[in-house]
Amino acid sequence: MSKLPRFAVVKFASCDGCQLTLLDCEDELLALGEAVHIAHFAEASSHLEEGPYDIALVEGSITTPHDLERILQLRSMSRTLITIGACATSGGIQALKNFADHQEFLKAVYARPEYIQTLSTSTPISQHVKVDFELRGCPVDKVQLLEVIQAYLRGVRPKTSTESVCQPCKRRGTVCVVVAQGVPCLGPVTQAGCGSICPAFNRGCYGCFGPAAATNMMSLSESVLLQTMTPTEAGKWLRSFNGYSPVFASESLRLWPLTTSTKSQNNGGDTQ
Amino acid sequence: MTDSASPNRKIHVPILTRVEGEGALNIVLGRESIERVELNIYEPPRFFEAFLQGRNHNEVADITARICGICPIAYQMTAIQAIESAWGICIPEPIYRLRRLMYFAEWIESHGLHIHLLHAPDFFGCASGLELAKKDPVSVQRGLKLKKIGNQVLELLGGRAIHPISLAVGGFFRLPRREELLQLVPHFEWGLQASIDMVRWIGGFEFPEFDSPTVYVALQNPKEYAIMNGAIASSDGATVDVGKYEQCFYEEHVEHSTALHAHRVGNPLPYQVGPMARVHLSYDQLSSTVRSLAEEIGWQLPSFNPYHSIIARGLELVQAFEEGLSILKSFDSKVEARVAYETAEASGCAATEAPRGLIYHRYDLDQSGHVCRAKIVPPTSQNQRQIERDLVQILPSMLAETDESIARRCETLIRNYDPCISCATHFLKVRRTKGVES
Repeated sequence: MSKLPRFAVVKFASCDGCQLTLLDCEDELLALGEAVHIAHFAEASSHLEEGPYDIALVEGSITTPHDLERILQLRSMSRTLITIGACATSGGIQALKNFADHQEFLKAVYARPEYIQTLSTSTPISQHVKVDFELRGCPVDKVQLLEVIQAYLRGVRPKTSTESVCQPCKRRGTVCVVVAQGVPCLGPVTQAGCGSICPAFNRGCYGCFGPAAATNMMSLSESVLLQTMTPTEAGKWLRSFNGYSPVFASESLRLWPLTTSTKSQNNGGDTQ
Repeated sequence: MTDSASPNRKIHVPILTRVEGEGALNIVLGRESIERVELNIYEPPRFFEAFLQGRNHNEVADITARICGICPIAYQMTAIQAIESAWGICIPEPIYRLRRLMYFAEWIESHGLHIHLLHAPDFFGCASGLELAKKDPVSVQRGLKLKKIGNQVLELLGGRAIHPISLAVGGFFRLPRREELLQLVPHFEWGLQASIDMVRWIGGFEFPEFDSPTVYVALQNPKEYAIMNGAIASSDGATVDVGKYEQCFYEEHVEHSTALHAHRVGNPLPYQVGPMARVHLSYDQLSSTVRSLAEEIGWQLPSFNPYHSIIARGLELVQAFEEGLSILKSFDSKVEARVAYETAEASGCAATEAPRGLIYHRYDLDQSGHVCRAKIVPPTSQNQRQIERDLVQILPSMLAETDESIARRCETLIRNYDPCISCATHFLKVRRTKGVES
């Protein structure tokens, strides 16, 4: 038997982009294959082994009763469980259904909703099991992903930045889009890690790395967002890839409250 | 293992591997017949069409990108072109060329991934690209380097390789500087030669003999190898404007199944989209380099052998590098990044060629530029019926084999289509039972 750490990549509801980030590590992929024993990575290998795993990377959110069973099982087999990306850490874009009437969503897509078996919510992995480390991003950043894997291989906790998008944006030398162009930007409240790319491309940050460690959401809304947007537009804008993260969700609900007609009261595991 | 005395053999592949997204395969075989083939897709539904209702048109590209991390450009570009078509926005030629380069970059990344890490291992009896890298390090390393060039273009033009952020209704949020593009020229020069060598490598593979007659459907444009602009052509002769897509193709929510399957109106047979369809329908628009390469490796068209899809992907990679090189060298950076436009109540549609085939979007927009209704047809929901048909056709020749061998060979067959289950936002649990007369 191989003495290398047993490594698994497991997917739940997601776009595949975060695990693709691993396959996009063109320069490091073959070395990673030497440093770990890839026990389960269905997108990359037909060789699938049962647990236990030393390191499990989890992509995607929990949206079906079956996936709820799978994540509990995976946790029980994994020494270290790391969630990668916005779906796994905050429920992802599909968590928009948590704010809406689930049945209305089903009807909008499927002609025969009675055949669809799904929970009424999309929830982050940490809502169901203990998570050892959460890596943010929609998608995760390649360099951060490799740092996290390397840190756990060395047995230390990763040190990913918790500063906001603004700090690296300034270091990059980008002229502030809010100040110079009056463009709404979520940079001040969003965690860094993407490279502050949106302002460098003349557009406002849309929060795909989720809330930063210290945020003043109301101040951002009043002094930036509401200068050019209506409260509904601002609330809607906060409700995107990390819209179900508590910090973004509560400000979004303050700006754009739910009405009874848009919210199903059912938050449990309804299956049809 | 199989019990030869048992009337039925059940073969279960719980997780389809080396495909994007999650699915399973269930096969029930009688002594001399195929009782059941179920492609069970358990990828959870994510309701994109519902999320899009009420969203600002500027958010549509960012939201639809999240349908698929492997082909976000296909979603972004199709969405943006559909909105531009609704409002009659014409983009300048240099912007169109730059978008085409970006689309090629996605093909390079996606085809490069599929050829080297997902598909080629099947031709060498390997479980993964990493295992193949031990047997044939030169080819796999070359493949990773090719794929990386696609990602470098996406990073330059789009800020990042997965879910890029630069495409906007009316053009781009930011244009690259000419010198930034020129820095990529040496990489593309290398990539062109390396992709030609790669096709020669693929030409040496041993391909299983299997013909599965099909109708190919792809965009076609007399002026160029169609990706973002053209009419929808079929190999049985029918050609329709993209605006007529919904009159000629429809999706069905099958009873006893939760899949939406795409059909052609008045035609019960499945059709196929993707690189095989494109190469067949637009062969004359491929460059002379690509066509002579196809001849050199002895690939004869038409081909209805789905295992040949890796050749089609390979040839498209050469086309992407060759044409991409000319766009890089000739880009005129004096153009405005975005054209101005006004919102209006209108509907617009567009179709483009995602790496896996034709993708169609339509948006109904209101006066203030918000989405009232969205419709998205991804490539995999169109190919799914063809995949199932192939399985039913190939299984009778495998009845004498072990369960393990049948499972492996069926998975290999499915992989020919590079199915993107994450893309197929519509289908959830495909339990399709096909009685086959013995």
